[in-house]
Amino acid sequence: MITLTPRQLFTVPIDAECISPNIFAEKTASEIAHLPVWEGNRQKTLGELFKMTHQKAPAENPTIRISGDVGKVRRIGAKMASGKIIVEGNAGMHLGEEMRGGTINVTGNVGSWAGCMMKNGTIEVMGSAGDYIGAAYRGSTLGMKGGTITIRGDAGNEVGCFMRKGLIRIHGNAGQFAGIHMKNGAIHIKGNSEGRLGAQMLGGKIVLCGHIPSVLPTFTIEDVKPNVKIDGERIEGPFYMFLGDLAENGNGRLYLSQKQNTHLETYETLL
Amino acid sequence: MDILISDGKIVEKVDERKAKVIDASGMTVMPGGVDIHSHIAGAEVNAGRLLRPEDHVKDVEAKTALTRSGVGHSVPSTFTTGYRYSRMGYTTVMNPSMPPLEARHTHEELNDIPMIDKATFPLLGDWWFVLEHLRDNQIEKCAAHVAWMMHATKGYAIKIVNPGGLEAWGFGKNVESIDDSVPHFNITPREIIRGLCKVNKALNLPHTIHVHTNNLGKPGNYTTALETMKCVEDLAEEDSPVMHITHCQFSAFKGSDWRTMRSGAEEIAKYVNRHTHITLDLGQVVFTDTTTMTADGPFQYGLYGLTGNKWVNHDVETETSSGIVPFKYRRTSHVNATQWSIGLELALLVEDPWRIYLTTDHPNGAPFTTYPQIISWLMSAVAREKTLKRINKRARRNSLLSSIDREYSFYETAIVTRAGQAKALSLRQKGHLSPGADADIAVYDLNPQELNPSKDYKALIQAFSKAAYTIKGGEIVVQAGEIVRSVRGRTFWVDTELSSPPEPSTELKRKFREYWTVEYENYPLPEEYLKAASPITVKARV
Repeated sequence: MITLTPRQLFTVPIDAECISPNIFAEKTASEIAHLPVWEGNRQKTLGELFKMTHQKAPAENPTIRISGDVGKVRRIGAKMASGKIIVEGNAGMHLGEEMRGGTINVTGNVGSWAGCMMKNGTIEVMGSAGDYIGAAYRGSTLGMKGGTITIRGDAGNEVGCFMRKGLIRIHGNAGQFAGIHMKNGAIHIKGNSEGRLGAQMLGGKIVLCGHIPSVLPTFTIEDVKPNVKIDGERIEGPFYMFLGDLAENGNGRLYLSQKQNTHLETYETLL
Repeated sequence: MDILISDGKIVEKVDERKAKVIDASGMTVMPGGVDIHSHIAGAEVNAGRLLRPEDHVKDVEAKTALTRSGVGHSVPSTFTTGYRYSRMGYTTVMNPSMPPLEARHTHEELNDIPMIDKATFPLLGDWWFVLEHLRDNQIEKCAAHVAWMMHATKGYAIKIVNPGGLEAWGFGKNVESIDDSVPHFNITPREIIRGLCKVNKALNLPHTIHVHTNNLGKPGNYTTALETMKCVEDLAEEDSPVMHITHCQFSAFKGSDWRTMRSGAEEIAKYVNRHTHITLDLGQVVFTDTTTMTADGPFQYGLYGLTGNKWVNHDVETETSSGIVPFKYRRTSHVNATQWSIGLELALLVEDPWRIYLTTDHPNGAPFTTYPQIISWLMSAVAREKTLKRINKRARRNSLLSSIDREYSFYETAIVTRAGQAKALSLRQKGHLSPGADADIAVYDLNPQELNPSKDYKALIQAFSKAAYTIKGGEIVVQAGEIVRSVRGRTFWVDTELSSPPEPSTELKRKFREYWTVEYENYPLPEEYLKAASPITVKARV
């Protein structure tokens, strides 16, 4: 295990793509300390920004522990394929970007774009998350392709934008446009949604256990289901099941809690 | 053999004691590359940049002491465009499609592109005044108008895109053949093409009309391409070309729908081999992620329908239209693989290399950075075979490529990548190394006497991607594939001398006031607007 402790409270964004078990693997302490990072527009070394303690000799898949607030540090665990990162505090934007495997645990909050374009692996955040969780890069249609993201707190807007596969679990509330452009995979929101759920979705499913202000007009009610399965886990309903987004000829499914959404009762007349 | 350079020109004699000597023995020396058709600047290109942040993120060039930073795989930023062309040994590039209203923007971007000489072709095939004059069969009036337009937009040649179709697109329609009528104008594409071809001759413009055919990118369109070529047959004088069919690959589809789509390259090549009035460029497809952009609005809208990708479509007032759709050419797709085959079939079946030129219609078929790869396909049957093995099965079965043994020689490669294109553009100082030519020279680290391009095609790709030296206007600008000096290229434009100077009619002024968002007085571009203008004066016959 390697522990990184910030030498000070960072005030400008830091781009630290190199904080990844695969890059740390087989490297000596001094090699790791000399890895390049950007602090604003200045190039620095990892050792200049973090104090490092090594609990063991270099391993193939080392665990990286970051102790302290790194809310300004971006791209932690980018492209990682194996190993583990534990962040004790907040983490910055683009956490686990294009991640291919391994685990990232964050005890605090994370910024936007966590797990964007990820292909596999697990991200678990005990706090809240920003926007674009598991999304695609700006302009791209290649969103999250596999793996699991769990947010214990709330999430921002556009969760799972252009998602292609995998699972996103939000224990708290989600912002607007969760599952926008989604093609496949599943999003499970235990709290409430701010609305516009599944806009322009083509496939996949979104399960909402909380309240939603309204359903987009391009979705049509299909059924009332007593329960729904996500990743082998049975979630008790009952749920209104909607199909859409019909504006895109989509075949996505929304499962909305019947109990929390009594204002959707009028849809039942269409069944 | 020595090539002597002085004052930016190739000369017969220099003082050898004072001269700097570059030892290029054992290397291939060619004139600087000339690209007849590459969308490198303008409103459309810039909209393409805005549309594609994901294209930028995967291709980033950091700034160096000499060069600026830049981004973009398929639509690189202005400076990067210049650097990349120069690294490949190219020194002259034509920007083939400029809506006249966007002339200001286009020239601003051309001003910014370093390292290369350039010129731009205004889109005139759907301009209201052009259509009206041609409908009334007033060739001389139309010629005077086109001369004024060349002057106003600082253009170089007449570009025609889907003649009549773009005007029809303003009303949600298109034209299906060259004899369809254009709504509200009572004119056919045939009349537009023939009319502008006559205008081109009357004005003595250096290039022929530059035509993007009707029905582009539709199965069965090779007949339209053949019709288009035939319709100006009688206007040819002796052996000189009167029409350039651009990105011909996109106009050479056979079949009745996408499922039955096949190559029409054989028929087109047969026609071109028998007639001398046509020149072609390839518009070769390479399997990569790219951005399609043309003035052909209806075609781009159709492409959006096929792909479901994000799209841009724009109606440029009374002049033309345009569209942009990102596109990924896939080896495994029957249509895309057939397109790849069509381009190479055309290049190999047209016998005269002076009348077919290597382009990708950048960025429509692929970014221009893929030229070295295409050269390897042209020069090596082994390289072709290797790619052929990996493409869609049905496309492979229908492809003629495995039956073609022809491999380009170094001379033929030099013709299709520079000499032929310079000749077609009448750029008399480009595309050759005789005294009097501009000292635009590319040196590639390839020994033509020792190398067997057929087998060693990887060395070709390597060498053509990174020129050992690029010399621009007598200065070494690239060495070992890296920029060593940044220079500003010139912008050519055609200044036509009519027997009587064109008088803007009151009718023109009135229409500008009524229909254009830009006033007549603000429309023409002053020459000072171009940072390094290089006007070419031609004497018109009218």
